[in-house]
Amino acid sequence: MESAYLPAEEPTPPLLSRDQRAELLLGALVCGVVLLILAMLTFILKEAWPSFWHNGLAWFGAGGNFDNQLSALVTAGENNKSAWTIHTWDLLYSTVLTTAIAVVLAFVFSLFAAVFMVEFAPPAIRRILEPVVRLLAGVPSVIYGLIGVYVLVPFIGHHLITKSQQASVTPVISLTGYSLLAAVLILTVMISPIMIAIFAEGLRSVPRSWLEGSLALGVNRWQTFWNIGVRTARPALVAGTVLATARALGEAVTLGMVSGETAFAPNPVDGLIFWYEPTRPYAATILGNNDGFALAPVKHALFAIGAVLLFSSALLSIAGYAAKQPMRQFFNVGGVE
Amino acid sequence: VSALIDSSQAPDPRKRNKRLGAVESSATWRRRDRLGLAFAWFAGIGFCVICAAIVLFVAVEGLRYLVSHPSILSTNPTAGDNQSQTGGFLAPLIGTMLVTAMAMVLATPAGVAIAVWLSEYARPRWLARVVESTVEMLAGAPSVVLALFGLLLFGDHIFGFLSQSNGGVVTGKSFLTAAPLLALLGLPLVVTTTREGLQAIPNHVREASYAVGKTKITTIRRVLLPAARPSVITGTMLSTAHVIGDTAIILLILGDTSTSSPLHPGGTFGIFSGNGSTLTSYIFDSAPTGDLNQPQKAFAAALILMLIVLALNLVVDVFGNKSRDLKWN
Repeated sequence: MESAYLPAEEPTPPLLSRDQRAELLLGALVCGVVLLILAMLTFILKEAWPSFWHNGLAWFGAGGNFDNQLSALVTAGENNKSAWTIHTWDLLYSTVLTTAIAVVLAFVFSLFAAVFMVEFAPPAIRRILEPVVRLLAGVPSVIYGLIGVYVLVPFIGHHLITKSQQASVTPVISLTGYSLLAAVLILTVMISPIMIAIFAEGLRSVPRSWLEGSLALGVNRWQTFWNIGVRTARPALVAGTVLATARALGEAVTLGMVSGETAFAPNPVDGLIFWYEPTRPYAATILGNNDGFALAPVKHALFAIGAVLLFSSALLSIAGYAAKQPMRQFFNVGGVE
Repeated sequence: VSALIDSSQAPDPRKRNKRLGAVESSATWRRRDRLGLAFAWFAGIGFCVICAAIVLFVAVEGLRYLVSHPSILSTNPTAGDNQSQTGGFLAPLIGTMLVTAMAMVLATPAGVAIAVWLSEYARPRWLARVVESTVEMLAGAPSVVLALFGLLLFGDHIFGFLSQSNGGVVTGKSFLTAAPLLALLGLPLVVTTTREGLQAIPNHVREASYAVGKTKITTIRRVLLPAARPSVITGTMLSTAHVIGDTAIILLILGDTSTSSPLHPGGTFGIFSGNGSTLTSYIFDSAPTGDLNQPQKAFAAALILMLIVLALNLVVDVFGNKSRDLKWN
């Protein structure tokens, strides 16, 4: 409007070209998102600190029942710092146990399934397997939990656990079917599709000429694929395992549903009963106790657990990165960063 | 199993063994190799069987209830003593759509912007490193930890207007607070998929655009992003499937009011700043471990959820094929 009354001015060249402005704007947006995420880290660590500070390294140690300690936090109130003591060994042990067993089981199973899918399956089966793997990788974890709690847990409770086994541990814990076994099995089924999808992607991108070279020397198909294909795809194996482990570590809902809501450390000395004992890992503990969030001591305890989970998943991806470095000196397979 | 393995013994014209070309019998292999092959067959077929069992079980259980009680799709959950009185899951269904749409509206532009910056600019180098590792860290962050952060952040008085307060105390639980957290959850998938798509475009395409006098940002907007559109859509759909399936954030941040409607009184804004539920939290509460314990309805909701995920997968398939058709030579 103003220009109608003012004499036309020589347009001054803008300080920044349109291109430079776009780059700055994009950069600012990226920085904003990254700052938000880094702020999240800082906040979580800040809220976690009082719990770690009060307990020291004993935070990870054994001693007492975590659930009792948590309810002591609730009754102690904000100012009574002497009741802030928590020892999370049971939860740490449970997290490591469920994650490790499930990842090892899923790794073996997924590796062979991926080899089968990529190399040895008849085309008809391959055409079914590939979309099915992708579908299962996308199925929400709560559905796995539902099946676990509706099918697997009653099966374990009614058919596998005997009366005498129940009676033998009655003073300590009750065996209902919500167990380590159910948690490990459901977790294995849940993370296998992720592993298979990434393993298969790596195996597919092994150069055909490498395999053909081996075959031309008279090595059979199995040895060729096992020694050349699988070995070349090792970076993809690491990437898939890291991703699946991170998923297993952070899985709160499914494990909260099937593992039994008690902070109990299954004892391997118990033999078979070990598998039937209930347990509860870190992530499920946060989910199960979020009602106490309004109370400062409980909040700090929950954030401390969250910080441990974040730290371990970050450590996991660093370890994966470090493990992949020596493997990719000749060829970058799988396109997995 | 050995019969299956030995099927390659006779030269069968129908057997199209394209991958390795050779048709050889496994009968002459060492026992270890044959065991390995047998285990591979076992793992592959076993996986198929487990999948089929899961999908069929959910489908049969869900359909059985849905067919006999189709009204659960159109009624809201109500408080009741037993399964016949607790109504349907219309509100959770709407909640799922609403919160996922809100999250993806936030996550898609941000994810594409980060991917474009990482793929096309990435200057200075150290900042690109920081961005990369931050996104990777976010991808590995458990959703329950994100939810914890959300409780802390949105429970603050600064963000009090985003959620309906409960007698002066800011709850921090609403659609408006859950959506940004779900967006954070979905962000890494959008970033990595879009970035892969952009990096797959050869450099001579960019150079051709510069050669006709286009600036960098015009090249990105008019050449690179349209070419990478299948990847953007794939990333968005995968991310949507991930966000739809999340339960921890919904349980902690959306309020998980399983027996009431998200369509609160209080005008349009009241819907967004009110509590709600989604299909995932409905399933969680309806499972035998939940407060409601109505497994038939849980399986019906699970079936609907699985169908949504399946539909998203189909979209990915369609666009995945399209991106493979795109040739640059």
